[in-house]
Amino acid sequence: MLELRNVTKRFGGVVATDDVALEVAQGEVHALIGPNGAGKTTLIGQISGSLRTDLGTIRFMEKEVTALRQHERVGLGLARSYQITSIFKRFTVLENLALAVQARSGSSFSFWRPVAAEAALFDEARMVSREIGLAGRLEVTAGNLAHGEQRALEVGLALATRPRLVLLDEPMAGMGPEESLRMIALIERIRSGVTVLLVEHDMDAVFRLADRITVLVNGRVIATGRPEAIRADPQVRRAYLGDELAA
Amino acid sequence: MRKALFTILLLIAFPLAMQWLGYLFYVSFASRVMIYAIAATSLNLVLGYGGMLSFGHAAFVGAGAYVASILVAEGVASAWIGWPAAVAASAALAWVIGAISLRTRGVYFIMITLAFAQMMFYLVNSMKAYGGDEGLTLPRRAELGLGLDLGNEVVFYYVVLFVLLAALYALHRVVHSRFGRVLIAIRENEARVEALGVPVYRYQLLCFVIAGAAGGLAGALLASHGKYVNPNVLHWLQSGTLMIMVILGGVGHLWGGVIGAAVLLGLEHVIADYPLPWLAQVAPNYPQHASLGVGIVLLVIVLFAPQGIAGLVSRKRHA
Repeated sequence: MLELRNVTKRFGGVVATDDVALEVAQGEVHALIGPNGAGKTTLIGQISGSLRTDLGTIRFMEKEVTALRQHERVGLGLARSYQITSIFKRFTVLENLALAVQARSGSSFSFWRPVAAEAALFDEARMVSREIGLAGRLEVTAGNLAHGEQRALEVGLALATRPRLVLLDEPMAGMGPEESLRMIALIERIRSGVTVLLVEHDMDAVFRLADRITVLVNGRVIATGRPEAIRADPQVRRAYLGDELAA
Repeated sequence: MRKALFTILLLIAFPLAMQWLGYLFYVSFASRVMIYAIAATSLNLVLGYGGMLSFGHAAFVGAGAYVASILVAEGVASAWIGWPAAVAASAALAWVIGAISLRTRGVYFIMITLAFAQMMFYLVNSMKAYGGDEGLTLPRRAELGLGLDLGNEVVFYYVVLFVLLAALYALHRVVHSRFGRVLIAIRENEARVEALGVPVYRYQLLCFVIAGAAGGLAGALLASHGKYVNPNVLHWLQSGTLMIMVILGGVGHLWGGVIGAAVLLGLEHVIADYPLPWLAQVAPNYPQHASLGVGIVLLVIVLFAPQGIAGLVSRKRHA
């Protein structure tokens, strides 16, 4: 479904991603792990299109998308969520989700008809709110939500565009154990409908959710494979997993 | 809603009362205020709803004023030709300026819109055939037909009032439409809107063009009102004045431009024409420096009511 070849990004002299090859198959939850500064968020930026790729090719659904703009890639079904919550804080939960639904459902070059009259938008937004567990919080201003709820809305915005592949950049960032469990449950719920590329530091979550794991260190892929294989890989243990698994 | 209705009724009754009292000057003054209100409202769409800090809005008002004036000077007196032409010219100009400026952000956007407006200012200054820096005096106002004589202050007032209310209604509809939702979302979080699959640039550009077109209409009205136009209508001070009106009245409030225009022009008028005796004793020339008083008011508003006067009023209502 998603295929990266030789993907590279430099910021001045710093190589953020270096000759990355990655394949995400339809229907899987594919985790991308690695230490801080490994280039995970840069890679998400390159895949989603918010960052230009210096070298290499990105293919999505059998189509080369390397040169496409971010909004064009979203149109093909490739959406992302952010590590640092990026919601519309002054909109209500319902308005947040309705906006995302609207963005996907045809053009918004409509100037006269009140958007509030478009029941279909809000019906679909309510559906997404149930998926992310915020059905009871529709009228709350997003900025007033608890941290975990904001993280759920963050993922919800990406899901409301009805993607085929969703890139989740550390959805559990800053969460306590209980909130993390809720997010794991959320991803379990959506995985039947959408392919997931998951960047995450929470190894419990990664090993519970992932069908396959890719390990990125210093911008390079050092291993890719099934969770058991990754857990056993000596190179991965040395570079990244070792301490955490030993503990 | 009730407050708006009351305001509208007041605006309808105003010229009749003034005519009865014999203060026709104030009818003309109110027309001027409303024309500025249209211009400020159009800037509010860009600034308040679109979140784009355009510092060159006078270019569109000025282009509209000049196009309408040149047509009258060349003998095309009909407002049905002159005003749409002004709107079209300003829209086209906004398209060009917007298409280039919107590739930049932040302080660069402010500077590039300012630079374009100043280029227009110097261009018009150099148009010797149309008065150059001395400006262009018109033999008469544009002609509307329909038995309406725009030369009559009261008739002109009602035409301007009609345009203002139409502009406000259009703004109200637009900001609640799909387009408006996207626009406000871009103001709140541009990167995320792009990440939701929306081509942000196109929406911003269209907003810029709509506002430019409306500004052009205000310019055409302004030229007709004074039967005179000069390059100062495009000067950056004019852009600044419009910006102050929006900030004073309420950025992103439907009535922000109207309130700002009324307060700013009203204040200037009061300070200049009704000198305070005690202050005049200390500083005899102070009425010529009305902008000092305006500056103080602006300072107070920005410090204590960052949502502008409209924000102050609507907050009270909710409390």
